[in-house]
Amino acid sequence: MTANEHLIRDLVEKHGTNRTALIPILQGVVETKNFISDTDMTEIAKELDLSAAQVFGTATFYSFLSTEPLGKYVIRVCKTITCDMHGKRTIIQTIEEMLKIKVGETTPNKKFSLLETNCLGWCHEGPAMLINEKPFTGLTHERVHDIISDYISKL
Amino acid sequence: MSESKLKRVDLIFGEYSSVKFKVLADTLKRSNEDILEDLTESGLKGRGGAGFPTAIKWKYAAETPSKEKYVICNADEGEPGTFKDREILTRVPRKVFSGMAICGKVIGAQKGFIYLRGEYQFLMPELKRELEQYNEHMSKMGFDFPIEIVLGSGAYICGEESALFESMEGYRGEPRNKPPFPTTYGYMGKPTVINNVETFVNVVMIMRLGPIQFKLLGTSDSRGSKVFSVSGDTPIPGIYELELGMPLEKFVEEFGDGDTKAVQVGGAAGFCVPRKKFTETVIGFEGVPTGGSMMLFNSSRSMYNVLHNYLEFFEEESCGQCTPCRVGCQQLRKGIVAVKKGDKQSLYLDQLMKLAESMKISAKCGLGQSVANSFSSIVYNFREEMIY
Repeated sequence: MTANEHLIRDLVEKHGTNRTALIPILQGVVETKNFISDTDMTEIAKELDLSAAQVFGTATFYSFLSTEPLGKYVIRVCKTITCDMHGKRTIIQTIEEMLKIKVGETTPNKKFSLLETNCLGWCHEGPAMLINEKPFTGLTHERVHDIISDYISKL
Repeated sequence: MSESKLKRVDLIFGEYSSVKFKVLADTLKRSNEDILEDLTESGLKGRGGAGFPTAIKWKYAAETPSKEKYVICNADEGEPGTFKDREILTRVPRKVFSGMAICGKVIGAQKGFIYLRGEYQFLMPELKRELEQYNEHMSKMGFDFPIEIVLGSGAYICGEESALFESMEGYRGEPRNKPPFPTTYGYMGKPTVINNVETFVNVVMIMRLGPIQFKLLGTSDSRGSKVFSVSGDTPIPGIYELELGMPLEKFVEEFGDGDTKAVQVGGAAGFCVPRKKFTETVIGFEGVPTGGSMMLFNSSRSMYNVLHNYLEFFEEESCGQCTPCRVGCQQLRKGIVAVKKGDKQSLYLDQLMKLAESMKISAKCGLGQSVANSFSSIVYNFREEMIY
């Protein structure tokens, strides 16, 4: 069994084989490797006795269940109105310059992906972003510079 | 600040009780009829934005015969400008669990779920710890009502109740046809009460204070208080619990920066109120309802940019299931861009307004139906900004 198959077996063991287990299993795959591959989806389909299309249909509906490879750290910058008003663009620019990638791209070393996302629920402390599940708020050029440097130094 | 300061309320974040889970323990001893009577008397309406009377919802679910029933707390807070549920779940989670358990007793449900938006995953460890304590207390009280947290995965539409059930069942978050309503056919096809986080907390406070005291707050159409999420061009952004039924003018006096040109009430799905209508607008179910989102814009903001941002949001978050919403959102956004660029004449805006209005009657769920709220109120009140 490959490492992937092991991962999926473990997740199935934890969440069961009902349809209600599908999203928790997909979330588990994303948590471990940041994206769900075609092979993962076929494997999950087999385990849950679903068609691969059903798994694909569910996975592709949700923005946090990426079916494209993403980096180890996924940066999601909020682009909804109040964060936009309070300087989202500067935050994006700062990150783009530091990581030398554009929005939607992943660094060549597969460590960081930069994405924009809809309202994160931090409108009173915008601009805001998530790095994986961790929120960062009240961002400025300096603050975001420090945060990203910190992540880079941890690699 | 001047003496016109709006009255602050402290129901939601105020003290629960000096004894852990006391309100819950006391309420569980009461009869279901008694509890429902208090809820009816309080006039409590759902705090997610739609404002359906809570007592009626619970009564319907209680009356539907079924061996399996569910209570779901909708914590898929995704409306732009709303962040109160996160604050409630962080500061007073016990009140939320208690409200759910009371609902479970009244309708005869065996299990509760909290559907937490994926963006709030960081709350999980603390919430789980709190849930453990809750479960411990429940078993001591001899009332079995386990609550589980289900995590969303970044889809705004899953805040729509039937889409939320689909998502919990492992499907794409596509809204169902209504009727049947959740109280007869909800999660797993079983009778389900689904309420907003804040609604459950209100229930607990009504049980604690009694409906009479709750009714002292607010107006006849909008009883009680509400947690508002204030953001945008304001010197004091944050969470405020205020009485319902306040005039928007008072609100702006207190939260504005002196140059407020418009207030978006109820998020991107809500209404944009321009300065000239501040005096006549009341915040509540009799006026402009809100799930709590209040975004202020001052005169430096382009309302075209604001509307474009909303439309981009809707275009991305539309589930794509029904044509009016899937195509309508795209066309509205493309339409205002074309007018702004001069590719279309300004009269084209009227056609777009008609499109928005037809989405209101033809879209399958609240998302598509409510796009017209912000679209029409912005285009109507700030037409010049759309063109020049």
